[in-house]
Amino acid sequence: MAEQSFDRKTSPGAPTSAPPVLAVRHLSKTFGGARALSDVSFDVLPGEVHGLLGKNGSGKSTLVKILAGFHAPDHGGELRFNGELVQLPLQPGDYRRLGMSFVHQNLGLVPSLTVLENLRLVQLTSGKTGFINWSAEDKAARAALRRFGLDLDPHERVSRITPVQRALLAIVRAFEEIELARASTGKPGLVLLDEPTPFLPAAGVDQLFGLVRSITASGSSVIFISHDIDEVMEITDRISVLRDGRLVGELDRSTATRQAIIEHIVGRSLEAPPPRAADAPRERPVFATVDSLSGKMLDAVSLEVRKGEILGLTGLIGSGYEEIPYLLFGAWQGRSGRIAIKGGPTLQQATITPRAAIDMGFALLPADRHGASGIDSLSIVDNMFTPDVSRFFRGGRMRNGQMVAEAHELGHRFEVRPNDPALKLSALSGGNAQKVLIARWMNRSPVLLLLDEPTQGVDVGTRAQVFAALRAAAEAGMTVVCASSEAEQLALICDRVLVFAKGRVSREIAGDTLTKDEISAACYASAQLTDPSPSSVMRP
Amino acid sequence: MTDASKSSTTSPPERSPSRASRARQFERVAVLLVWAVLIAAFSIAMPRAFFNWGNFSIMFASYSPAALLALGIIIPLTAGDYDLSVGAVLTLSASTIGVLNVWFHWPILLVLLVVLAIGLLVGLLHALFIVYFRVPSLVVTLGSTSLMSGIVQWMTNSTTIGGIDNGLIDATVGNRLFGIPLAFYYAFAAALIVWYVFDYTPLGRRLLFVGRGREVARLNGIAVARVRVGALVCSAVISSAGGILYAGLLGSADPFSGLNYLLPAFAAAFLGATTIQPGRFNPWGTLVAVYFLATGITGLSMLGIPLWVTNVFNGAALILAVTISQITRGRETSDIG
Repeated sequence: MAEQSFDRKTSPGAPTSAPPVLAVRHLSKTFGGARALSDVSFDVLPGEVHGLLGKNGSGKSTLVKILAGFHAPDHGGELRFNGELVQLPLQPGDYRRLGMSFVHQNLGLVPSLTVLENLRLVQLTSGKTGFINWSAEDKAARAALRRFGLDLDPHERVSRITPVQRALLAIVRAFEEIELARASTGKPGLVLLDEPTPFLPAAGVDQLFGLVRSITASGSSVIFISHDIDEVMEITDRISVLRDGRLVGELDRSTATRQAIIEHIVGRSLEAPPPRAADAPRERPVFATVDSLSGKMLDAVSLEVRKGEILGLTGLIGSGYEEIPYLLFGAWQGRSGRIAIKGGPTLQQATITPRAAIDMGFALLPADRHGASGIDSLSIVDNMFTPDVSRFFRGGRMRNGQMVAEAHELGHRFEVRPNDPALKLSALSGGNAQKVLIARWMNRSPVLLLLDEPTQGVDVGTRAQVFAALRAAAEAGMTVVCASSEAEQLALICDRVLVFAKGRVSREIAGDTLTKDEISAACYASAQLTDPSPSSVMRP
Repeated sequence: MTDASKSSTTSPPERSPSRASRARQFERVAVLLVWAVLIAAFSIAMPRAFFNWGNFSIMFASYSPAALLALGIIIPLTAGDYDLSVGAVLTLSASTIGVLNVWFHWPILLVLLVVLAIGLLVGLLHALFIVYFRVPSLVVTLGSTSLMSGIVQWMTNSTTIGGIDNGLIDATVGNRLFGIPLAFYYAFAAALIVWYVFDYTPLGRRLLFVGRGREVARLNGIAVARVRVGALVCSAVISSAGGILYAGLLGSADPFSGLNYLLPAFAAAFLGATTIQPGRFNPWGTLVAVYFLATGITGLSMLGIPLWVTNVFNGAALILAVTISQITRGRETSDIG
């Protein structure tokens, strides 16, 4: 393999005459009143792999978006690329001219196009002559693939290659892009890898790291963003950690321990754990038993859901926890699994349909509010009664007036503002739209409420209302399963939290230990304990 | 919309009729007003030829097949599928009447049943490809249009078949109510039924949910596939009924001209979605739009404007209708189409 010929960079802290490829100074970004990034400064040296770590909401993505030109930073910050001052804010696409390129988690490939078309996307669409020399393009693509030891047919469609090959292709393309800029500037470039690994098997990750090393061997640098501490320990030279928008640590990989890294990411808060709404009884009756449930990433998970509890599901990206609400509702097709309802039927996952789930008293609030949960172009009334319009059909016609009246009352109860049932859902703020959709399901008094990221895009004030509604419902006997990536939220509302890693439950947290920091730490700590089993890998 | 979200911070419930809501009111009746202006203009230009009841009653009757097609189209459009084949189904149905009734001497009532059954079959075939094989509806119905047009040419030898049963002619154009041939009332009745289903039944809501948010509808327990199949079957059967009216109005089966109804029907469906209940495909808006376009075409041809202008008029009306509804909604994403 090609990667073996490239040596690891040695002594990253050693003084170099060349300026840093990227020097960030005093970068801040405020959204409204919230500080997403606060006076962040760090350097990326030539030829190094620089790890960038932090929890969700720590400011990583804000930083990436500033570099990509999507966000304008606050005044006072400074950015230097190879020693030269860069004018802020960057415009979208500026990064390309500077010699930077990005590989985001979704990779940015067009699946229906060929490897060649994806690899040469920029060159093909911005050619100066207006004429495409296909044989030259073909040659260039083959040369690039060969150089990186990628055994791919340039004319294969990207939808037909494996996930690993797709990730490698995206990185090769990014590298080709910075080489293009390098040809004119003569300076090293920077490839930014934003979580490229969570869906890859271990062998694929090795291959990807080989590619990363070949980039740094050429003198360019890589910023590597990941949640996986093991991977970060293996590939990076230095590590910057962000927490709550601040740079809280710059660590040298050769001296840093895993424990130190986790502590920097999670932080140690001295504040008391938030008061639990009610000191819930420990042992509740079992509501349902889930047996060997498997989905895309989820791998033969068994768990118990107890009546009247709020069960939190969490984990790092790619751990599969968020599939559970959809699988239990029959919204997605799983690979296997059974759910046995205490005192009720035992169902194979494959046979559950949303209709059947609704009839059993299940309710699902998906994370994708615009695509899967609410219909933006329809009114609040229509959105509140989507699953049970027929209830209003009496005496040969829809009782539209009664529907509006009930919607108004429901809107009042769930504090929807403005409470005008005729308004389109798109006219409401994110938080109020979510209240409408929660009202839709709560109004049916479900026995099992399944949530995925229930407060995504919901403002802080509304969050408290959503939490209160969930608490009240659980106290009234409703069982709530809530998948979320936000540890703070889970610590606040849940009775019990299951932490997932690589498709399996790795840790259960309940009682006094159920704090935001404990959940975060468990997410990172458990990520390295389990090996990825072959069945947990996504296949194209 | 924006005025509502702004006022939310100050006084949520009561909103005085603002300029925006007056604009909404105007939008509801804009097409009706333009129609009135159009009638007035033609009446001034041709006081005797245009402005008389006879002219209007002929217009109401002769555009009733187009009205049925437009009413048929809005059903799958509401559910999010296109049916471009309505013109071809109309022709197939009219020609089948000609062949079976005139050439094979089948009794007319039996023929009508057969024709409606053919519509049902066409709708089911469309649904098979669109819903189960997931071929885009535009492709399937465009293909079936050509396919059915070919079959029509084969079975009629590309000739017009005259001499259709007088019973059918009487039931469509021979007998009149308030001076208007019965054909118009069938279209009116169809609009009534569609209105009832759209606005007063759970089925109408489900159609809308499926069209506006297919995944949302699925996750809310709505049988999305069944709703789409039903919508496609409805539009095909209604188009067959349009073919029956067409055969009755002409007294003969014309294997070619039926396709000319396709564009005005589509233009009317989209123009109709800008009026009465703006932003939504709706039967009364559709009916108004059909006769608005009919008035324009009738008036222009009475002024002696050459035939090609008809096509220009229909095409321009389709594009303008969609453009206007897009502009009035500003940056909001389009609800239709």
